[in-house]
Amino acid sequence: MSAQEQLGVKAQTVETSVDRGSGNLKWRHFKGKILTVLGWFSIIFGLGMLLVLILDVVNKATGIFSGGTNWLTWEFFNNFDSRFPARAGAKAAIYGTLYTITLTIFFAFPLGVAAAIYLEEYAKDNWFTRLVEINISNLAAVPSIIYGLLGLQVFVRWFAFGRSILAGALTLALLVVPIIIVASRESIRAVPSSLRQASYALGATRWQTVWHVVLPQSIGGILTGSILAVSRAIGETAPLITIGALTFVPFLPRNLFDVFTVLPIQIFNWTSRPNDDFRALAAAGILVLLAILLTINALAIYLRNRYQKRY
Amino acid sequence: MTIIHEMDRSNPNAIEARNMSVYYGSFRAVKNVNLAIEKNRITALIGPSGCGKSTVLRSFNRMNDLVASARVEGEILFHGENIYAPGVDPVNVRRRIGMVFQKPNPFPKSIYENVAYGPRINGWKLSKSQMDELVERSLRGAALWDEVKDKLNQNGLSLSGGQQQRLCIARALAVEPEVILMDEPCSALDPISTLKIEELMFELRQNYTIIIVTHNMQQASRASDYTAFFLMDSDRAGQLIEYGPTSQIFQNPKDERTEQYISGRFG
Ligand SMILES: Nc1ncnc2c1ncn2[C@@H]1O[C@H](COP(=O)(O)OP(=O)(O)O)[C@@H](O)[C@H]1O
Ligand SMILES: [Mg+2]
Repeated sequence: MSAQEQLGVKAQTVETSVDRGSGNLKWRHFKGKILTVLGWFSIIFGLGMLLVLILDVVNKATGIFSGGTNWLTWEFFNNFDSRFPARAGAKAAIYGTLYTITLTIFFAFPLGVAAAIYLEEYAKDNWFTRLVEINISNLAAVPSIIYGLLGLQVFVRWFAFGRSILAGALTLALLVVPIIIVASRESIRAVPSSLRQASYALGATRWQTVWHVVLPQSIGGILTGSILAVSRAIGETAPLITIGALTFVPFLPRNLFDVFTVLPIQIFNWTSRPNDDFRALAAAGILVLLAILLTINALAIYLRNRYQKRY
Repeated sequence: MTIIHEMDRSNPNAIEARNMSVYYGSFRAVKNVNLAIEKNRITALIGPSGCGKSTVLRSFNRMNDLVASARVEGEILFHGENIYAPGVDPVNVRRRIGMVFQKPNPFPKSIYENVAYGPRINGWKLSKSQMDELVERSLRGAALWDEVKDKLNQNGLSLSGGQQQRLCIARALAVEPEVILMDEPCSALDPISTLKIEELMFELRQNYTIIIVTHNMQQASRASDYTAFFLMDSDRAGQLIEYGPTSQIFQNPKDERTEQYISGRFG
């Protein structure tokens, strides 16, 4: 049917009923326009601020616009921290961040996904599960420094792991597990129950259904959610300072029980030193941290597209 | 209460429900059903929406176990054994009593993998050629082979609705069940696909027992050997009102309510 025909049909039906008109049409359109303009303004303002910020950091770190010193050099990646800006680098912090995050993923991902599978596919709906569910949602919103205090007491003191990379990773794992659980549950719940039924009706056990039907369908969302959760942990400073991650570490961690530092702590430390050159180093550190985060987020987007649901 | 017509049966019972009631929590959805299903025949369950047809069907292969609040009372005999007896594994019951659902629900896998899924998860040790053969036999059994034999690696979801439903039937056949339960298998399909499935049911009847829930009176009358009419009572509990040969139920119903329902006066 053509558009005109459709209009014709409409006009006919309108004739038969009382036409109350389209009151205030101009004013209604005007309101819509105002909102559009406001929306655009907010977006431009937000993006503009972000752009200025990033350009400023890039300039501080590399001197690219103002013709200053470039701090983002090979030495920056390959030197340990130092009292002299010219010799200071972020090697310990970069490695510390990568190690800590790898360990965090190692602890948090299996735990979070397993908990999500249990809650979605196995747990009976009773007061206990509901209590657990409510608490997990609450945990995801607890300020990160609280996790630092918990980690300090449990991992540093009770387990006597000390101010180690292991204690740090476990603390960060506590922080991200609730987020991973929430994201994974969401993704598991989105799997149509008709697929589960199909599997059960063929004589599959619960675990076979989870493994062959539910997980393949939800793994994209689970990975994306988990990666975003972990990328939050990468930027965390407070809990690691609380458990006593050091700021001055002139060596690479040799084992899980070694002291360590991470990029946000290194950046924080440099910004608080009096010499202006350290602030330039901090800017360089920020760029490295941003690069790591962007890489990880790009990975999340890639995975999401790759496992795009076909339902 | 239930009117049961005389049935001249040559085959033994495939499934027999004895005094079966099904509850969801405290709500009794199905009340005191006695229903003996003849082997190698097509039995249609009819009745208005909400009278418990799906509930009865899902009780036959313990799919109701997946609903936390569901509970079955009475007995359901399969080879003379109560499938709800302690010690019976529902997984095993479901392998032998297959199910086809209202909306086609192929896995988002290849056509081949859809059919091979059941044999795989049931731990059948088949060589590649044996599996190929089983997949072909199942697809032939579902009258789908000729349409898909050149694209077995394509996603099952790329098929049309009717083909998807026949893929689901092939998938159910692959685990070699004895009984196939079908819950309104044609309600999402066009008339031509519907006819294809009905023809297929007549083929399958030689080797399988089929129980089909349908809303479609014509379908019940032309495609089934026996018809069971359900209706809910004042407590909204579904009851078996009348059961007999399809021709009897449609031409010579004994209960007034059956007569009203099949002539389309309610439901
Ligand atoms: N999972 C369930 N939980 C609670 N009540 C249900 C559930 N499934 C069905 N029922 C109820 O049981 C009754 C019978 O439903 P159903 O077997 O689906 O009827 P039909 O297939 O004949 O339309 C209805 O009243 C329905 O609301
Ligand atoms: Mg139903």
